[in-house]
Amino acid sequence: MHPLCIALSLHCTPLVSAPPGAAAPVPKQDTRLCRAPHLHPCIPFASLPSCIRAPAPPVPLQDTQLYRAPPPPHPSCTNPRSCSPYPSSPASIPLPPLSPPRRPAPALPQALRPPPAAGGMCPAPRPPQLAPALGGAAPAPAAGGPSAPPPPAPAAMGAAALRALPWALLLLGPLLPGQGLQANSEPPQRHPAPLPAGESGGFTTAPPGSAQEIMPLHRQPANASAEEHAKPRKAFPVLGIDYTHVRIPFEISLWILLACLMKLGFHVIPSVSSIVPESCLLIVVGLLVGGLIKGVGEKPPILKSDIFFLFLLPPIILDAGYFLPLRQFTENLGTILIFAVVGTLWNAFFLGGLMYAVCQLGGPGLNHIGLLANLLFGSIISAVDPVAVLAVFEEIHINELLHILVFGESLLNDAVTVVLYHLFEEFANFEQVTIIDIILGFLSFFVVSLGGVFVGVIYGVIAAFTSRFTSHIRVIEPLFVFLYSYMAYLSAELFHLSGIMALIASGVVMRPYVEANISHKSHTTIKYFLKMWSSVSETLIFIFLGVSTVAGHHYWNWTFVISTLLFCLIARVLGVLVLTWFINKFRIVKLTPKDQFIIAYGGLRGAIAFSLGYLLDYKHFGMRDMFLTAIITVIFFTVFVQGMTIRPLVDLLAVKKKQETKRSINEEIHTQFLDHLLTGIEDICGHYGHHHWKDKLNRFNKKYVKKCLIAGERSKEPQLIAFYHKMEMKQAIELVESGGIGKIPSAVSTVSIQNINPKTLPVERALPALSKDKEEEIRKILRNNLQKTRQRLRSYNRHTLVADPYEEAWNQMLLRRQKVRQLEQKMNNYLTVPAHRLDSPTMSRARIGSDPLAYEPKADSENLPIITIDPASPQSPESVDLMNEEPKGCSGLPPSPEEDEEGLVMRVKEPSSPGTDDVFTPGTGDSPSNQRMLRCLSDPGPRPEPEEGEPFIPKGQ
Amino acid sequence: MGSAHSVPAEMRELADRTGFTSEQIEHLHRRFKQLSQDQLTIRKENFDSIPDLEFNPIRGKIVHAFFDKRNLRQESDGLVDEINFEDFLTIMSYFRPIEMNMDEEQLDRFRKEKLKFLFHMYDSDHDGKITLQEYRNVVEELLSGNPHLEKESARSIADGAMMEAASICVGQMVGAVSLLYLGTEAPRWHRNGAGKCPFWLGISPVPRAISKQPHKASPSVLGALTLV
Repeated sequence: MHPLCIALSLHCTPLVSAPPGAAAPVPKQDTRLCRAPHLHPCIPFASLPSCIRAPAPPVPLQDTQLYRAPPPPHPSCTNPRSCSPYPSSPASIPLPPLSPPRRPAPALPQALRPPPAAGGMCPAPRPPQLAPALGGAAPAPAAGGPSAPPPPAPAAMGAAALRALPWALLLLGPLLPGQGLQANSEPPQRHPAPLPAGESGGFTTAPPGSAQEIMPLHRQPANASAEEHAKPRKAFPVLGIDYTHVRIPFEISLWILLACLMKLGFHVIPSVSSIVPESCLLIVVGLLVGGLIKGVGEKPPILKSDIFFLFLLPPIILDAGYFLPLRQFTENLGTILIFAVVGTLWNAFFLGGLMYAVCQLGGPGLNHIGLLANLLFGSIISAVDPVAVLAVFEEIHINELLHILVFGESLLNDAVTVVLYHLFEEFANFEQVTIIDIILGFLSFFVVSLGGVFVGVIYGVIAAFTSRFTSHIRVIEPLFVFLYSYMAYLSAELFHLSGIMALIASGVVMRPYVEANISHKSHTTIKYFLKMWSSVSETLIFIFLGVSTVAGHHYWNWTFVISTLLFCLIARVLGVLVLTWFINKFRIVKLTPKDQFIIAYGGLRGAIAFSLGYLLDYKHFGMRDMFLTAIITVIFFTVFVQGMTIRPLVDLLAVKKKQETKRSINEEIHTQFLDHLLTGIEDICGHYGHHHWKDKLNRFNKKYVKKCLIAGERSKEPQLIAFYHKMEMKQAIELVESGGIGKIPSAVSTVSIQNINPKTLPVERALPALSKDKEEEIRKILRNNLQKTRQRLRSYNRHTLVADPYEEAWNQMLLRRQKVRQLEQKMNNYLTVPAHRLDSPTMSRARIGSDPLAYEPKADSENLPIITIDPASPQSPESVDLMNEEPKGCSGLPPSPEEDEEGLVMRVKEPSSPGTDDVFTPGTGDSPSNQRMLRCLSDPGPRPEPEEGEPFIPKGQ
Repeated sequence: MGSAHSVPAEMRELADRTGFTSEQIEHLHRRFKQLSQDQLTIRKENFDSIPDLEFNPIRGKIVHAFFDKRNLRQESDGLVDEINFEDFLTIMSYFRPIEMNMDEEQLDRFRKEKLKFLFHMYDSDHDGKITLQEYRNVVEELLSGNPHLEKESARSIADGAMMEAASICVGQMVGAVSLLYLGTEAPRWHRNGAGKCPFWLGISPVPRAISKQPHKASPSVLGALTLV
């Protein structure tokens, strides 16, 4: 559709530049269309500026032909032909070229509005309609050039070609969203007729006749709607097209779709994505799409700063902040801060100063660029970009230390960038910069950074507090996380504080508490939403970086661009070398030369720099185009050259990669142990260091903060247990997600719970090492077990989909309970079953996996003591009651059919003892299933759960 | 500095042995005197006077480690009743950061010593193995700060951890709850953790760091467990 618009816009341009009177009669439709982008907050890309910037080409003949809605010269002069041929091939109908003020006659709508019968075709004809328009549009830019455009012929060809590609059109369609966005801020003569005009001509119903006001393009919602009422004078349209109605969301969706499909595409072709980082590919796609749009005569949209900072950036930062590896981050905080603050300052001033020198020496073109402008430029270009860093570093899987150093730097340098940017921008307006201004600027750095953090913390605490009460409305839990974080970001931006730091602070602060409060499904939701948003944002950002490159104005000055690039690299390398030399004096783990190289090399620039540059005001910074060109060059260089070579370099240098293992419970235990140990040692030797204060903070947190922010028992949960819960949940969720369906075998394998006297537990040590075969066997069993767990969880999931919260909670609890038990038994099986029992693989599998099919209880099993869990006391193995349990174990054998059906048993099969604890008593059908839950990690165990005190009422059963 | 000049030889010897600088030794000496109340030796009771230590859940283990003969580089096993300043320094020297100028071999030895120290803290019965029971005790102690916790939770965590270790390290120890460590064939312990030196001490990241054993993909769980 936009082709139409374009054509129109081109056509109208003369109008605009013409005296006001002539310009006036732009159909209202246009205004309506234009306005929409303004009102609509989420138009991702303001393309207006770009299209505006193009000098409007003289309107060639064929243009007018193509415009069905072209403004007729005089209000009265309606050229019916121009309108009526609309659906048919327009190329053939020559029109009087310039019909300046368009006074769309009623004829237009009529022509457009096909009678119902024709209306039926509407959807189909649409592409053809567009096609001619496109075809017409294509030559238009050419026409803008020196040579007069070839008349209709090419247009027709283009139309034909394009007609075949409705999809291409669709993809391109969104290019013009927000065309009107920046209309106001642009110099008037650049106001082309809003592109939507074309659309209005094409599809709208409203007679543009009355549209007198072109100026307030964006302010006529009411009128527009009024028109709609006025127009219908013909047969009631059974089917019509009202593209304008859906245009903005439609185009936004198309852009996003394009982004996603591209992303998808890259991963379908593994050979490409293994060599070239995704970010590069996306930029290339952006370039291509931009080129295509341009080739078609449209002005590609530009990545607008507002859109970028308000909508595209926050998801990425929130994702990074919420899932920030806090421990590594705090452990390296000093290093990160030094790199982020000192390093960025150094880069900015070094680069700014040198560029100033270059400008002074560089000849007539550059002489006018002052020191402040150069410093501003330096501050824009010196910041490492989190989006680019994330995109590249996540692909190369560098080790955590380097990752957090570079990435942390890119996050924290935001404050410096913001301050420097505003500082220099302000200074540029001043006549004179006094020392006071500088001091104030210095102060504002602290205000901006600490203020940002403060805002973030406030919102984080509020979010945590809110999540305390969401237990009854689980559905909206995730929303709180997003909204509060976004509010934090916006609030910080409101005061020109560092929004990025606010976002990170809020994410970091709220996370532990929120996660303790919300359900696991909500947690999964948060995780997926964040990942989804951030990856879409990232994709869009890179694509639009490419598109804007094509779209923007460039002023290429060799001296300036090359020296920028050169000094950027030099500043980065020097900065890293000097700073690491300094930092290494204080670090336990020194940064090796390799590390330094990667840190220096990983200093990628990205869209933030571009957007900041784009924000510059033409009035004060006439050299904006040159700045932008230089910035884009640096971005492309870092993303393409450094981004593409960093992976081979990492391999070449054998930089340590990230270990892909998940964090294990052992790690957690040892980490905690070490933390306490180091705290203890610090205490003993009387040194108040890192660990000492961390310990104090933790204690404070546990004592006061958690009580306020976390609902229920969890607040008392020590970190280890919390971690344990989390892991277990994660596992459960993962299993469910990947799980298959299957019947749950529910027969009891008594032997599997066969007791080894608990007192003999230490005997395990005497267990002889098993042979390789046995190990293999055990592993196989483990695997089998895993599958069963999956099945079990699956059914659990199915069940709880419809369950109410209480049931769900109970379910989870039961599950946990079972897992503990099962683990217990498993352990016993595994580790304590006498060696000879393992002789037969089948047997051992039966025992360990408690697979009922593979194992038939042996006669002698009755002679063996059987462990069952005593309802009253959770210490299962210890409380073996031989007398009672023996029969139970046997009687429990027959699988209960219900369990097969339901998977997780929701009710107590044998409410043997009527205590509250009873709830968790495994019925006979229950205990066997326990066995299946095994994973290496079991459950934290029967801590008293919040629900535990309540009498159990099996819901709905 | 004064005392450094007065007993230069002794100081230098200590410095050589423990790797501390003379300033650090002096600092520690002051602290030692403060703890021991100007006695020549420290007894267990002296550690009770440290208020901050009171909240430390593994306080017992820490104090115990100071009196463990194995950590004091003595041949025999068991515990000593009191330690002198030299012993104190020896213990403290386990927490020194790694120096830049160490060569591979030294590094290796250094790391191993740290790991051994940790291992001894886990291995409370001095038999060179960490049994499930011992591990459970450790976890229980770690969680002991929390009154609401049932014993069983701690135990199941320990069990889970053991299982995990078992499932990962099947190659070396199968199903054995006692993680028999592989004795002399010392793997190359690697550390990848990070940290800023709080001071001159810092054991730095042993556990997560543990090691890249040649044939194991992810032996980190083994951690201190398997070190003898």
